[in-house]
Amino acid sequence: MGTFLALVRRDLALAARVGGAGGLSLVFFLMVVTLIPFGLGPDLNLLSRIGPAILWIAGVLATLIGLDRLFQADEEDGSLDLMRLSPAPFEVVVLAKATAHWIATGLPLALFAPLFGLLVALEPAALARTALSLLVGTPALTFAGAIGAALAASIRRGGLVIAILVVPLMVPPLIFGVAAADPANPGSGQALSILAALTLAMGAVGCLGAAAALRGGE
Amino acid sequence: MQLAVDNLACRRAGRRVFDGLSFRLGPGEALAVTGRNGAGKSTLLGAIAGLVGRHAGEVSASGIGDRTLAESLHLVGHRDGLKGSLTAEENLAFAAALLGSQALAPADALARTGLPGAAQLPVAYLSAGQRRRVALARLLVAHRPLWLLDEPLTALDTAGQSLLAGIMAEHLAGGGLILAATHAPLPIEGAGELRLGA
Amino acid sequence: MLTRLANPATFMRVSGYALPPLATAAALLAAYGLYLAFLASPADYQQGETVRIMYIHVPAAWLSLFFYSIMTVSALGTLVWRHPLADVSQRAAAPIGAAFTLVCLVTGSLWGKPMWGTYWVWDARLTSVLVLFLMYCGILTLWRALDDPGRAARAVAILTLVGAVNVPIVKFSVEWWSTLHQGASVFRIGGPLIDPAMLRPLFCMALAFTCFGLALHLAGMRTEILRRRVRTLTLLQAERLERAAA
Repeated sequence: MGTFLALVRRDLALAARVGGAGGLSLVFFLMVVTLIPFGLGPDLNLLSRIGPAILWIAGVLATLIGLDRLFQADEEDGSLDLMRLSPAPFEVVVLAKATAHWIATGLPLALFAPLFGLLVALEPAALARTALSLLVGTPALTFAGAIGAALAASIRRGGLVIAILVVPLMVPPLIFGVAAADPANPGSGQALSILAALTLAMGAVGCLGAAAALRGGE
Repeated sequence: MQLAVDNLACRRAGRRVFDGLSFRLGPGEALAVTGRNGAGKSTLLGAIAGLVGRHAGEVSASGIGDRTLAESLHLVGHRDGLKGSLTAEENLAFAAALLGSQALAPADALARTGLPGAAQLPVAYLSAGQRRRVALARLLVAHRPLWLLDEPLTALDTAGQSLLAGIMAEHLAGGGLILAATHAPLPIEGAGELRLGA
Repeated sequence: MLTRLANPATFMRVSGYALPPLATAAALLAAYGLYLAFLASPADYQQGETVRIMYIHVPAAWLSLFFYSIMTVSALGTLVWRHPLADVSQRAAAPIGAAFTLVCLVTGSLWGKPMWGTYWVWDARLTSVLVLFLMYCGILTLWRALDDPGRAARAVAILTLVGAVNVPIVKFSVEWWSTLHQGASVFRIGGPLIDPAMLRPLFCMALAFTCFGLALHLAGMRTEILRRRVRTLTLLQAERLERAAA
């Protein structure tokens, strides 16, 4: 537990300091949400209908862009070797790093979704549901991303590779996330439960898979 | 603790690095690993630490209780594992939390390696030699019997080298083990030598 | 059997004997199957002649999953049993599986044009095959991106296993999603309603595709083993040069 907290604290400090990526994904999120109406036209009815989908796709893209440095930065400077020598199981290391990454990228998206949802004319009920679905579902995106980031940690300029590896894993959370965000959808409650289940399952698969990919000595 | 390496062989991307390497290291003993560039000095340290795959052979340790070998050693390599935007103290406190079995406080460890005033400075502001001293201070914030040092003397001035010599002598006197990959002779009396690629 | 075949040299010998008959069987079955499919079977009373696309489409769909299963077993072989041929098998299976998945997608879309009036419908079945194809693309990308063969084998094995968990989840999600959005006109293949006159060419073609796929897999494995031998020999030569220079 001490190791877990130390790692989370350190990664959050790194994200907040000079050169860190904290806040970056939020700005990118806003960019995508702004860009889509320019492509679609300013029809508020259309935008409000597909608003939850816009926010979710922006969330997926914003999660993707920060992933390439999740493990690579620590692999390059030797910090990952230090973590491999820790008595804590490597799954805990992955869980801590993914948690810190989510706090720095996923959580702000969920918190700011109600604000950005106004740009795409979402009703108050839809705003609340979209924020809730992002809060429940973005951890699944981060854990899926952690697998890709771990597999591509040694690849220089691995960002594109990570996106290709990870997008198929993000399809199910996207489907249920958007369904859970729509208040008019009678199955949205069920979708939210399934989304929560996906987050838990992805958490387990992500930690095991990423740890297996990063553990040394193979 | 006692370290035993038997018939160790390593490959890098299928290429032979070394074969049939055997040696023993006991409490209070130091061994300098020498050899030309590419002879596999760093690979050997990595293989003992379990970070690099072993192609064949055995690395075993006794006298470390229920801890694994990886949990009983320090590795200070050319990739120093320091984050530039964190202060020296934050870097060391993190390493101590990660490695467990805490020993000196970060500020005291820095004082021992000759950087008493650097605790609050971000590591990015330090020179190469100062960074090296911060990395070496990691040896003191967590107690681990086996020290694997990759070129510990590089980037250190003479004052730094004699400080390091004192720290290493103290570690050996306390029953510690040191395995150092090095070009320059180690400032340790009675250190053995293991030549790779001869 | 498996332990005996574990030795690449034994595998090369045995697969050398197995390959020609397998390839011949594939060719004969395909010839007979195509004859049945194009000449000796009736057109569908609803779909007309387009139903004949199914004789390619369905076996390709079957092989796309079959090869993913081969890769999953091979991935376990790499990670759990550390079988020396496991990652050779996986490496050979990936492009073949991807190719059959692509064939399945293309034929499905060709069949969709006359049936649905458009080349692509976000039908649950087609969509999950598309995601499967994306996963194959990911695996092939990872193979190409990592140059250390040992590390690549391990990474791809992990990705394959994660993908194997993902395939049923995607299938479930996409089915849930497509019933939510529209009641797409899903033509059900299989089931007891299909006419025996159509079942026979379908079965024959599925068998032909399986033999063909396995023959390709064996040939791919042999090529991969030879490629690795060349690599080892090149490394040895470099070492010898170095020793001569020293």
